[in-house]
Amino acid sequence: MSEVILATQGLQKSFGALKATDDVSIDLRPGEIHAIIGPNGAGKSTLIAQICGALASDTGRVELLDRDVTALNTEQRARAGLGRTFQISALAMEDSVEDNVRLGAIGAMGSPWNVFRPVSRSADVVARANDALERVGLTGARETRCADLSHGQRRQLEVAVALTLEPKAFVMDEPMAGLGADGSKTMTGFLDGLRDEAPILLVEHDMDAVFALADRISVLVYGKIIATGTVSDIRASDAVRTAYLGENA
Amino acid sequence: MIREGVINWAILLGLVALPLWAVFADEIFTITLTTRVVILALAAVGLNIALGIGGMVSFGHAAFFGLGGYAMGILAYHAQTYAALDFGIVEIEGTKSMPVIWLVATAISALAAWLIGLLSLRTTGVYFIMITLAFGQMFYYFAISWGAYGGEDGLSIYVRNGFPGLNTLVPIQFFGLCFVALCVALILQWRLRGSSFGLTLNAARQTPERVETVGLNPMKLKLLAFVISGAITGLAGALFADLNRFVSPAMFSWQLSGELIILIIIGGVGRLMGPVIGAMIFVALEHWLGGLTDFWHVYLGAILLFIVLFSRGGVIGFLTGKEGPHV
Repeated sequence: MSEVILATQGLQKSFGALKATDDVSIDLRPGEIHAIIGPNGAGKSTLIAQICGALASDTGRVELLDRDVTALNTEQRARAGLGRTFQISALAMEDSVEDNVRLGAIGAMGSPWNVFRPVSRSADVVARANDALERVGLTGARETRCADLSHGQRRQLEVAVALTLEPKAFVMDEPMAGLGADGSKTMTGFLDGLRDEAPILLVEHDMDAVFALADRISVLVYGKIIATGTVSDIRASDAVRTAYLGENA
Repeated sequence: MIREGVINWAILLGLVALPLWAVFADEIFTITLTTRVVILALAAVGLNIALGIGGMVSFGHAAFFGLGGYAMGILAYHAQTYAALDFGIVEIEGTKSMPVIWLVATAISALAAWLIGLLSLRTTGVYFIMITLAFGQMFYYFAISWGAYGGEDGLSIYVRNGFPGLNTLVPIQFFGLCFVALCVALILQWRLRGSSFGLTLNAARQTPERVETVGLNPMKLKLLAFVISGAITGLAGALFADLNRFVSPAMFSWQLSGELIILIIIGGVGRLMGPVIGAMIFVALEHWLGGLTDFWHVYLGAILLFIVLFSRGGVIGFLTGKEGPHV
């Protein structure tokens, strides 16, 4: 297996005079959770969008399993093995939980073109979707309309949809966002077990979760990576402390 | 509240019962009116696939309705004048055969929908509405200036086209043909909604970014839906032309595109039988209120206003107590 699953090299994106990301080079290795942290406006969401293909980079490249995917769009990168979850749940709210995960399964199998056969008769799609629901603990809510789910359940469903893709790498944008203490703890436990399946590039504000999960942490400030290291490296970093707490920290 | 399935069957049975009663009561005009309902419903079923499931508010579906109509008109005109269609390198005979005309009408409409969709689907929201309106109006003005086929005055076809084994001049037989076409389109819409394609199309309407992140292209999904939608509306255009034995640029007009949208809103956006109940109400108002006053559209507007304000799920939503088809 490749030493690096996902890597960025010198990624840059400017909006006018503002450099949202500036020469960002990070990598994601097999079995690890690599967290990206940084204050609001640091460029984390821009970076995620660049990695997943939702935003074209000005310069730099993105590699997935040693393959240059910079020129690929979002759906091509998804097919190449990138599983993304959104900061704000991007789910089909009118549809059932089951339909949402089936969407992922259909995408994973590249089989959306049958206009006549009921999706419930596609055994592969149904099995893959059911498996993802069971893993995140949403089997009991399969027929619930997505809009009627609690916030925590929506976060679980986000992850379930990504699971159906069986990706080579997960890119997760604040999966704990809006979760209470219990929800955050449950999600932390779940992500901890998920790393063996595929490494996770995790953007997260919940520092307890980050410190509990991350093998490595990169700190993004004003679009630049100012430090990368283990949890203890980051805790001990003067640069990080200064960036987060100010010059007098 | 009544279950939607019960309402759907009741609407279909009513649609069959009315012309059958008219046969016995010798109310031929009622059969013609019901046939008009069925054909408008068929056109709206086409639009409902794009609008109701795919979320594409096309204000130019009259383009496909008109193309279907003119496909019929031109083929039948050349058949009745015994003059072949001259394409320069090839000459094609006209025809009075409905199956052939339907095939040509749906193929041309599908092709036009593909081309229009390819350009229009790069936009969303009000821009999509405007660009589809612009395409519809392009066809409208082209038809007005197309002197070879009647220009502004339109084109009359003296004898209704034929269908093997049927006498299409008998109103109830022509109604039967149109009703079967509507049923086939309804079955297609019903099966499409429950298929992989319907599920992904429905998701593409609600959350296109999610659809992209599962490796699918929302635009391609919407384009196929738009093509299917255009083809069905084109077929309805061919039947409408046969019903009236007349085609005119009005078939391409933005008013007709608007009326198709209104039918769907009245019946219930995305509902299987929304277009049918919408067409029934529309034609009933057009006939009865139109007989009382020239300003019957005012009442139509009032109904539309009431539905938009108080019953977002249309008549079917009101009867079922469910605002949306998926709620």
